[in-house]
Amino acid sequence: MQLLNMSLQHISKEVRLTPAAVNSEVKLLQSFSGDDRDKTVLKSIQYTSDYEFNNGCRAPPWRQVHGDICYVVIKPHDTDLLSVSASTAGVYINGGFEKENFSDLKHDREGEIYKDLVTLLKEKSAVFAENIAKQDFTLREDETTGNQYDIMDSGDEGDGDNTHRTNEDAKKDSKEPQKADKQKSNLKKTGKDRTPRKQPQPSLKWKNLGLGEEADEKKEEKDQIREGSAGKKEKKKVTVQESKGRVHPVIKGRKSKTPAQDQEDTFSESSTESEEEEESPDRRQEANSDLPSEYWQIQKLVKYLKGGNQTATIIALCSMRDFNLTQETCQLAIRDVGGLEVLINLLDTEEIKCKIGSLKILKEISHNAQIRRAIADLGGLQTMVKILKSPDKDLKCLAAETIANVAKFRRARRTVRQHGGIKKLVGLLDCGPLGSVPMTPEVEKDIEVARCGALALWSCSKSTKNKQAIRKAGGIPLLARLLKSSHENMLIPVVGTLQECASEQSYRLAIRTEGMIEDLVTNLRSENQVLQMHCASAIFKCAEEKETRDLVRQYGGLDPLVSLLDKSDNKELLAAATGAIWKCAISPENVERFQELKAIEKLVSLLQHQPEEVLVNVVGALGECAQEPQNRMSIRKAGGIPPLVNLLTGTNQSLLVNVTKAVGACATETENMTIIDRLDGVRLLWSLLKNQNPEVQASAAWAICPCIENAKDAGEMVRSFVGGLELIVSLLKSEHKEVLASVCAAIANIAKDEENLAVITDHGVVPMLAKLTNTTDDKLRRHLAEAIARCCMWGNNRVAFGEANAVAPLVRYLKSPDESVHRATAQALFQLSRDPENCITMHNAGVVKLLLDMVGSTDEALQEAAAGCIGNIRRLALANEKAKYP
Amino acid sequence: MAHIVAKKALAKLAETCYRSTHFTKQEVEGLLHVFRDLQTSKKGKDEMKMDRATFREVLHYTFAMTDDILMDRVFRGFDQDNDSYVSAQEWVQGLSVFLRGTMEEKMKYCFEVYDLNSDGYISREEMFSMLKNTLAKQPTEEDPDEGIKDLVEITLKKMDHDHDSRLSYSDYKTSVETEPLLLEVFGPCLPAAKQVHAFTATFSDTCTDYY
Repeated sequence: MQLLNMSLQHISKEVRLTPAAVNSEVKLLQSFSGDDRDKTVLKSIQYTSDYEFNNGCRAPPWRQVHGDICYVVIKPHDTDLLSVSASTAGVYINGGFEKENFSDLKHDREGEIYKDLVTLLKEKSAVFAENIAKQDFTLREDETTGNQYDIMDSGDEGDGDNTHRTNEDAKKDSKEPQKADKQKSNLKKTGKDRTPRKQPQPSLKWKNLGLGEEADEKKEEKDQIREGSAGKKEKKKVTVQESKGRVHPVIKGRKSKTPAQDQEDTFSESSTESEEEEESPDRRQEANSDLPSEYWQIQKLVKYLKGGNQTATIIALCSMRDFNLTQETCQLAIRDVGGLEVLINLLDTEEIKCKIGSLKILKEISHNAQIRRAIADLGGLQTMVKILKSPDKDLKCLAAETIANVAKFRRARRTVRQHGGIKKLVGLLDCGPLGSVPMTPEVEKDIEVARCGALALWSCSKSTKNKQAIRKAGGIPLLARLLKSSHENMLIPVVGTLQECASEQSYRLAIRTEGMIEDLVTNLRSENQVLQMHCASAIFKCAEEKETRDLVRQYGGLDPLVSLLDKSDNKELLAAATGAIWKCAISPENVERFQELKAIEKLVSLLQHQPEEVLVNVVGALGECAQEPQNRMSIRKAGGIPPLVNLLTGTNQSLLVNVTKAVGACATETENMTIIDRLDGVRLLWSLLKNQNPEVQASAAWAICPCIENAKDAGEMVRSFVGGLELIVSLLKSEHKEVLASVCAAIANIAKDEENLAVITDHGVVPMLAKLTNTTDDKLRRHLAEAIARCCMWGNNRVAFGEANAVAPLVRYLKSPDESVHRATAQALFQLSRDPENCITMHNAGVVKLLLDMVGSTDEALQEAAAGCIGNIRRLALANEKAKYP
Repeated sequence: MAHIVAKKALAKLAETCYRSTHFTKQEVEGLLHVFRDLQTSKKGKDEMKMDRATFREVLHYTFAMTDDILMDRVFRGFDQDNDSYVSAQEWVQGLSVFLRGTMEEKMKYCFEVYDLNSDGYISREEMFSMLKNTLAKQPTEEDPDEGIKDLVEITLKKMDHDHDSRLSYSDYKTSVETEPLLLEVFGPCLPAAKQVHAFTATFSDTCTDYY
C-alpha cells in the first residue's frame, strides 16, 4: 500500500489540468444545474467568454501565458455568485469582476487551489456537496457511451476494405458479448468514480454501483489492492482509486489531477482497448461460480502440458483437441487457465510434434477475437513467423493458417510485418508448377503450403503497409502464378489478397500487366459464389483504369458480370458485380456491350429493395450508362426514373453523389426531364445543395444544370424554390473547386432567365464571381467565365465586374491550354467589352494580341466572340480619336 | 586382402537384401559399413552381430533416445529372431522402417514396441509403465501416480474405440490415422526428422538439403 501511495503521489504531481478536462467538467455540471434545489447541484454555471481559442482555452491570450484556461461564473443554490479561474495548476476563486459587465477580472487568487471544480464546489457550497453525495438528481443528457466501441471497431479494420465481409461480420458477432462486458466494467468504474464529471450515465445505475460502494467498503479495498498490483503504471486505474477516496483532499500548490485523464484514456488508442478487452472477461470468470465441467478438464490438461515431458504433452494436446474448440467456453477456458502461455511456449521448443499439436489448437481457438489479442499479446506471432521457415511443411501450413486467423486486427498485422513475416509468407507462395504431372505428394504439400501462405497474406493485406511489403517481397508474380490454379480453396485466398491490394495503384497496374485480368474473368464464371465475389470486387477496383476496362471486355468479362446480376439473393456478390459493372461502364465500348446484354433493364430492376452498398454501385453504373442518349431512353422505358428520383431523398453520401449524377445525366433528355419535373426531382436536387458533403453539393449542382436547360418554364420553376437562389449563390463561398465550378455552371444556366438573373444580382453574385477570377483551375475558369458572360446581361453588372477587378484576370485565361476555357472567356470578354472602362483594362492587360490569335480558331463561337470583343475595343479607340480630333 | 574379402561380402549381402527395404543398393552397402564400423570400434572383432549394449548406445547417441524400457523394446523390434543380437540383415531391415518407413510400417513397428508383453494388446499396466516418467513429480500431490493414472485414462478414452480397456492394433491404427501425432503416443521410439537427416548423411549422398 505504501508503494502504491508513493506512486500515486508521484503521478499526481505530473498531471495537470487541461482545457479538455475543464470543458468536460463544466459541460457536465451544466447538465446537472437548474432551479430545483433538491434535484440539481447548482443553479447555473457558465463561461465568462463564449469564444474558444483553437487550443480549447477561453482565457485571453495574455492570461494563457500564466496558464489560465478559462473563467467560470457559478451560481450555487446556497452561496453567492462564485467567480472561478481554471488554470493548468488547478481551479481557484479569483477576485471577481469589477462590474457586472464581465470586463475587468481581478486575476488574483483568493484562497486555495483545488484540483477540480467539483472539489472546489464541495468546499464552497453545502448544497452542492450534499446533492452530489446523494447523486439523486435528474439527468438531462442522454447516455453517450457505446459510441466509442464503434469507433474502435472501425479503427481496428480501418485500413482494410469493406469487402470480405463474412469474416468481419463473424468477428463483430463474436465481439457483441464482449462489448456488453466492457460497458459493464465501464459503468463500474464510473460508479466508483462517483463524481458526475465522467460521461453522463443513467442515474439508476449510479445508485446501484456507486452507492453500493459505501456499504461494502471492505470489498472495495480488496479491489484497490488488486487493481493496484495489477497496474500501477496505468494512470487510468490510479485515477479511479484516488477519486474513490471518501474525502476529496485539497491539493495544494501546483499538484493537480485531471478527471479527463480518465476519459482520455478510455477513449484513446488501441493499446488501452486491448487491455480493457482482457480485463472484463477475467472478472466475469471470477464472478461466475458454476464453471462448466470443460473448464476443469481443460485446466487439468494444461497442468499436464506444463508438467509433462514430450509424451505427456502430446497426449494432453490430442485430448484437448477433442473438446469443441469452436465453442467460446472452451476457448476462453484455455486462456483463463493459462493454457495460451503454455501453447505458445511449446512453439519455441525443438519438438516438432509438440509444435504441430499446439498450432492445431491455436488455429482453432484463434477464431475468437479475444484469443487473437491474447496470442498477439503473448508474443505468439513472433514465434509463428519464425516457424514459417521451418523445414517441416505441416508446421509451416499450420503456422500460416494460425497467422491468417490472428492477423485480423491491425496491431497483429503490424507485428507480422515488423518481424519479417510478410517476406516469409510470400516465400511460401513459391511452390512448384501447379499442374505438374504426375502429382506427387511432395508437390501437393508444396501447393498446400502456398495456399496457407496466401490465406495469411489475405489477412495481412488489409494494412496498407503490408500491401507494400508484399509487393516489395515479390509477391505479385507469385500470386499471378497461383491464380492459374484450378482449385477454389487456392483461388479464394489468392483473389482475396489481390482484391484487397487492388486499392493500391501499383497493384492495379501489376494485375493488368501480369495478365491477371484474364484469370479473374475466367473465375467470374466459377461455380463458387465467394470466388466470384472476390473476382468481381478485384475487377471493381482495377477497372478504375481504362486499359483494364478494355481488357475485361476483350476477355469477355462483361457477360458473366451481367449474368451475376441475377444472383439477387447474395448481396455481397451483387454489390461486387454491380461495382465492377459501374467501373467498366466508364468506357463507352463497354456500355455498348452492356446495351446488347440488356444490362440497363437488369440494373433498373435492382433500384429497389437493395442494401445501400448495392444501390450505390447500381446507380453509379446507370449514371455511367446514361452518358449514352440511347440508354437514357432505356432507363426511362424500364421505369428507372421514379426510383432514381426517389433515391434523392436518401442520406448515404456516396449514394447521393451517384444518384445526382445519374439523374443529371437522364435530365439531358427532354422526355426524362418531364418525368423528373413531375416527381419534383429538381427541388430534391436543389435541397441537396444544403448537404454537408461538398461532393454531394457539387454533384447536385452539376445535375441541376441540365435540368434547367431542359425543363419547361425553367425560370418559373427555379423561382418557385423558396430561398433557392440565395442558397446557390451562397455556395460560391465554398472552398472546394468542384463545388465552385458546378455552382458557376448552374448559375450560368439560371442567369438565362432575366428575372432570376435580377434576383441573383441582388444576392450579390457579381462580387462573388469576381472574387473567384484569380483561380488557376481550368475547369472552374471555364464555368466561371460562362457565368460571368451570362451575368453581364443584367443592369450595370458589366460595370460592376469591372469595378470588382474581374476583367484583368479573365484576360489571363486566354493563355490557358484549354480550348473550352478560351471560348467561355472570349464570350465573357465580349460581353464585358461593351463597357468602355473594361475595354481600357483589357487593352492594358494585352488582350488584343491574344484575341487576334483566337480569331483564327476553328471554333466558330470562339471566333465570333473574339472578333466581337476586338470590334468593341476598336470602336472605342476610334470614338476616342474622333473626340480628340474632331 | 581380408579387407577386400570383407568388402565383397558386404556387397553380396547388400545385393541380397536391398530389395526388401526402402534403400538403394549403395545405401545398404553404406549402412553395412556403418554397422561394421560400429562393431569393430567396439570389440575389434569382425563379427556381423550387434549386442544389446552397443545397439542401445547407437539409439542413445545417434537417435537421442533415453527411455530405458522403450530402448529395450526397440532392440526387440530390430532383433527379429530373438537371439539377443541384431544381425546385419536385421539392422538394415530395422533401419528401413526406422528411417524411411511408410505410415503403415511405422504403426506396426510402434505398436510392437509399445506392446511390452507381445500379447497383441497394450494394457493399462503397460501404458502405466511407459508413461510413469512423463510427468514431473509434484510434491503437493497426495498420490504421485494420480496424474499418470489420469493420463492413462485420457489415452484410453481417446484411443480405445472398442471399449475393452486395452488397445488392440486396430484401436491404435484408427487413432493414429485420424491423428498422426498419436503415432508415438507412449514415448519416442522413432528418430526425429533432424536425426534421420543427420544419420542418413553418414551413409548416403542422395539426401536432399534439409535446411
